[in-house]
Amino acid sequence: MKKIDKNTTACASHSRRKFLKAAGAGAAALTGVPAAANAKIDFEALFQKHFRELSPEELDRLIERLEKKYSKRSGKEVKLGVTGPMDDVLFGYGLDVSRCIGCRRCVYACVEENNQSRSPEIHWIRVLEFERTDVLRRIDFEDGNPFYDHEKVPAEGKFYLPVACQQCENPECVKACPTQATWQEPDGIIVMDYDWCIGCRYCMAACPYGARHFNWTEPQIPAEEINPNMHILGNRPREHGVVEKCTWCIQRTRQGRYTACVEACPVGARKFGNLLDPDSEIRYLMENKRTFVLKAELDTRPKFFYFYGD
Amino acid sequence: MDFLKFIRFSVKQIVFGSSTYYMWLAILLAFVLVGVSGYQQQLAHGHIVSNMRDPVPWGMFIGTYAFLVGVAAAAMALAVPGYVYHWKPIKEIVVLGEIIAICAVVMCILFVMADLGRPERFWHLLPVVGTPNLPTSMIGMNVMILNGYLVLNIVIVTYFLYCAFVGKPYNKFIFMSLMLFSIPAAISIHTTTAFIFNVLPSRPYWNSAILVPRFIASALCAGPALMVIAFQILRKTANINIREEALQKIAEMISIVLFVNLLLFFAEVITEFRSATAHTVHMQYYFRGIEGHVSLVSWAWTGALFNIIAFFLLLTPHLRQNTFLMNLGCVLVFVGVFIEKGIGLVLPGFTPGTLGEVYEYVPSLAEVMIGIGIAAVGILLFTVLSRVAIPLTFSEPYESGDDTRFENPRAVIREI
Repeated sequence: MKKIDKNTTACASHSRRKFLKAAGAGAAALTGVPAAANAKIDFEALFQKHFRELSPEELDRLIERLEKKYSKRSGKEVKLGVTGPMDDVLFGYGLDVSRCIGCRRCVYACVEENNQSRSPEIHWIRVLEFERTDVLRRIDFEDGNPFYDHEKVPAEGKFYLPVACQQCENPECVKACPTQATWQEPDGIIVMDYDWCIGCRYCMAACPYGARHFNWTEPQIPAEEINPNMHILGNRPREHGVVEKCTWCIQRTRQGRYTACVEACPVGARKFGNLLDPDSEIRYLMENKRTFVLKAELDTRPKFFYFYGD
Repeated sequence: MDFLKFIRFSVKQIVFGSSTYYMWLAILLAFVLVGVSGYQQQLAHGHIVSNMRDPVPWGMFIGTYAFLVGVAAAAMALAVPGYVYHWKPIKEIVVLGEIIAICAVVMCILFVMADLGRPERFWHLLPVVGTPNLPTSMIGMNVMILNGYLVLNIVIVTYFLYCAFVGKPYNKFIFMSLMLFSIPAAISIHTTTAFIFNVLPSRPYWNSAILVPRFIASALCAGPALMVIAFQILRKTANINIREEALQKIAEMISIVLFVNLLLFFAEVITEFRSATAHTVHMQYYFRGIEGHVSLVSWAWTGALFNIIAFFLLLTPHLRQNTFLMNLGCVLVFVGVFIEKGIGLVLPGFTPGTLGEVYEYVPSLAEVMIGIGIAAVGILLFTVLSRVAIPLTFSEPYESGDDTRFENPRAVIREI
């Protein structure tokens, strides 16, 4: 049985490559076409290997091919990164439940940063609204309302709980995937090979947090809205028929930046950092605040910690 | 050389027939085309033409798949009385049960292919060329085992029919080994299919060990029920001698397994509703509906009622001996198990979703069209395979009566 070594990552062994000029800049602003319109069969894509089985040369060729493709689609010079994990880094996330005001700025910052489909809309972050005032309420996800639509937030008597991928240490989705198309990187991020996913959606059944989303049709993004700073395991444009998920902005965080949602949060409810660094903010929070994780009884061991700031 | 003749004979049987036969094929092909046109829509636009969405990522395809895996148990239900207990009236028809199993598994594979977002990448699931996640992923396991079971049944049927064709007894050791091996193999396809669902801690509705025996029990109801009906149709259309006592025995067997199925189901319902934790919400949705979302409630009660009525019809000897009531019982079991597995297993598991959203799924037109197409492929396959099998296994060769080669094929069966 071909078992992919859990500790290898093609990213790590990768070398720099030259950039490709955007082919036909300002070319047809492709905003996504129906699947059948791509009638020309791309044999190179059809027989492409699993990401972690690519040799450095094959990876170079793949990057070149994809950069050309995405540049043409967006009319911009796309840089498709393959930055590997940093040593001694295990990412962790903190969310201050007492600060979140339910404004959903994180949701839309995420959509823009990570090239999610605008039509149909795909959101990696879902903000649930809960009732504060009903004293006999049952507090469970069934009682959360993701579709609230107020003029102003926070609404009177409500509190908010944003949920996205929890980047579990014991990930159900990775166990479920029949083709090893999704895996955990050494820095703790669960990534996907979008070219290897067969679209069986078993990971969606397996994920306890609704963090996985399917491209039910060819995702559409206006060319000018495509974020050209991409990572091969992260925010590169997806195609129809595959699952996608949050990667904690792998294209940013592996370069030492914050995720888009952390930057977008107007009340500073979102924290991000290295769990292995005793001086990091996330470690401070874990040591000084009361933290909890969602659905702890499933022992998925999320690295996404909720806490009460005050 | 003889094998080539066997192939030629098979092709001849399939290609040439009466006008009624051609008409039947034409009807089935028309339904296949309905499926093709549904699939074309799906290829053109993606799975958005289905009514599956993120909260309910599996719908009719996977539900029917779970049901049809059960129908494949038809083979096992005959192999046990036929080849473990050597009961002759059933031994004669085991090969037809195997053919039903082949058709059911082929339909299963087609439903999975229809469900895949990227069917052209199916080879990623296969060993050597792909990277199957074994044994951790239960879909990976199920794909392996289901395909193995398909190959096993094809080998058994081909070998049996080939021996009957050349008119020599089969190698008893090889045949019995394969036949006996097919019994645990059938159990394993139900077990791994149940594992796909019940190993997921994220879905409390499925996350129960009882799902595995429930799968086996409901499979041993639906598969044989279909056979009882199919055999009577064959008896009329192909004019073959399937003994009444064989059908009666199958019907009796269904009633016993149906009792086990109802008991397991009852145990599950009592456990859920009496403990009444947050996890009961799924069963609540199925049987009572939540907050006005009641689209499955009438299905739930219909399914349960059908199974209970069928149980009494098939259990009581003097009711069962009435052909009409026996057939009614079989139809009720078949529909009841279809509701239980095809609708009541997958959908309540996803409703409400993991974050509590309630999305009520009803299959779309494209999905139904694809489903009809796949069903037609299955029936078509059964038609052509039984065209080959029936003259070789039953003493009265139908149509080609002058072919002396089949004068006494029964002799082969009497060998053991």
